[in-house]
Amino acid sequence: MEIDPFVFRLSIFVLSIFIGYYVVWSVTPSLHTPLMSVTNAISSVIIVGAIVATSNLSSGTVFKFSNILGFVAIVLAAINIFGGFLVTQRMLKMYKKKKGKSN
Amino acid sequence: MSPSLAATLYLIAGILFILALRGLSSPETSRQGNLFGILGMIIAIIVTFLSINIFFSSLIYILIALALGGSLGSIIAYRIPMTAMPQLVAGFHSLVGLSAVFVALSAFYSPQFFGLGTPNNIKIASLIEMSLGASIGAITFTGSIIAFLKLQGLMSGNPITFKGQHFINLLIGVGIIGLTVYLTKNQNNNVFWLLIIASFLIGVLLIIPIGGADMPVVISMLNSYSGWAAAGIGFTLENTALIITGALVGSSGAILSYIMCKGMNRSFFNVILGGFGGNNLAAHDKKERKPVKKGNAEDAAFLMKNASSVIIVPGYGMAVAQAQHAIKEMADNLKKNGVRVTYAVHPVAGRMPGHMNVLLAEANVPYDEVFELENINSDFANTDVAFVIGANDVTNPIAKTDPKSPIYGMPILDVEKSKSVLFVKRSLSPGYAGVDNELFYRDNTLMLFADAKKMTENIVKNLD
Repeated sequence: MEIDPFVFRLSIFVLSIFIGYYVVWSVTPSLHTPLMSVTNAISSVIIVGAIVATSNLSSGTVFKFSNILGFVAIVLAAINIFGGFLVTQRMLKMYKKKKGKSN
Repeated sequence: MSPSLAATLYLIAGILFILALRGLSSPETSRQGNLFGILGMIIAIIVTFLSINIFFSSLIYILIALALGGSLGSIIAYRIPMTAMPQLVAGFHSLVGLSAVFVALSAFYSPQFFGLGTPNNIKIASLIEMSLGASIGAITFTGSIIAFLKLQGLMSGNPITFKGQHFINLLIGVGIIGLTVYLTKNQNNNVFWLLIIASFLIGVLLIIPIGGADMPVVISMLNSYSGWAAAGIGFTLENTALIITGALVGSSGAILSYIMCKGMNRSFFNVILGGFGGNNLAAHDKKERKPVKKGNAEDAAFLMKNASSVIIVPGYGMAVAQAQHAIKEMADNLKKNGVRVTYAVHPVAGRMPGHMNVLLAEANVPYDEVFELENINSDFANTDVAFVIGANDVTNPIAKTDPKSPIYGMPILDVEKSKSVLFVKRSLSPGYAGVDNELFYRDNTLMLFADAKKMTENIVKNLD
């Protein structure tokens, strides 16, 4: 019997949880706020679903309910992607060592 | 693009996201890590464009949506003050949650777009996956909105509790599971909407009983939820990048919640069930206390100038008063006088994990002068002055001595071991836990009653 592809996805999922576990424990506590903002940004990769939902305009012009939902979801996810990565970058730029520029 | 190639590229995007988190293990590698994250996102989006049949008109709409969201996000990212970071993150979580709900809804209404069957004839497995994604997404959305309102001060930070609260939550929870099961038998639009509405409701009910200072746990928990919601959608869309990311974010938030709970010596359930820090705890014994010793900026400046080492202990009060820049100025001044200055940060200081570190970094405090509790606690014994600004419960020695205290067992910063303690505070009022801090009444403690920023600025004037 063939293996259900779901099992492969589940394997990826479970292994990723373990990777996440070890990677996140190695994050230095002083960077926990950037960690939250960057995880925010990457979880917005959900935008790929929103793009698919918007791309299938049934007759090319008429909006379906799903298209509208997809459109709004792209906007929301894009706010997060740009906002999340940029604010993380802004924060990380502030972390300086002692001998660096002292203002 | 062939589905296999697309799947491989999604995997690469997922790996880049792992590297983005890996980079955060030290500030030096963190910026590069962030670039990996951006690259992963670009790959994921381009692959999606290339692997679908896209109509020109829909391409326009997608680009409009991207431009709209992108410019809004960029403006927010550049404008937001660092002190508002907790509410910003809460706000961002709500957006992830809502987009998960919308994607799940659109998959439910038009499963043919995603290759999941036809309307009212969706694969059972996909139905369960999208119900999970939609439900967790909806909980994340309303929960984060409540967290945002509390952090922004638009809603009182006091816990809102009522009788039978947990029972109602349980009932709704069981209801959501029931609706999911029913949905697999009868693919009715109304059932799906009902499921989402019930999840919206439970998101609100879960967060309202949790008090302001427990927000670090709430915000980490919602971070975790937003990850699980993304993973649920990832399973629905059979997209590896989403599944990997969801798992990463989910476990990241869970670990942060755990660290925060440990920082307060409370169980996760104790925090989630809420009601902590309410007025009912204020009934502590009112023993005869010695009067406190009050000082002014001049005394503080004199003490610190003549010290050989000073440890600054910032707390939420520093964020509220925006005193971080004044503190940095004070530290620079002290260093010019040959005083060794370091900073001690408690894991739950502030309203989100790492909150104090970001604010100090904003004020140009080098990160290698800022230490975590376990790395600095032994130094207090050899320190002349501990300068506590806007922190309270995390310095209370009662956590070590009184088993009846609500904060008993919480790891605290041993400021009482230093030769003298300066406490910048508005009044003698107890902290969030409703516990009196006996440190205020000790002989080697000097209370500086004032706004944190004003007091620090006055000290700077007196140092010159």
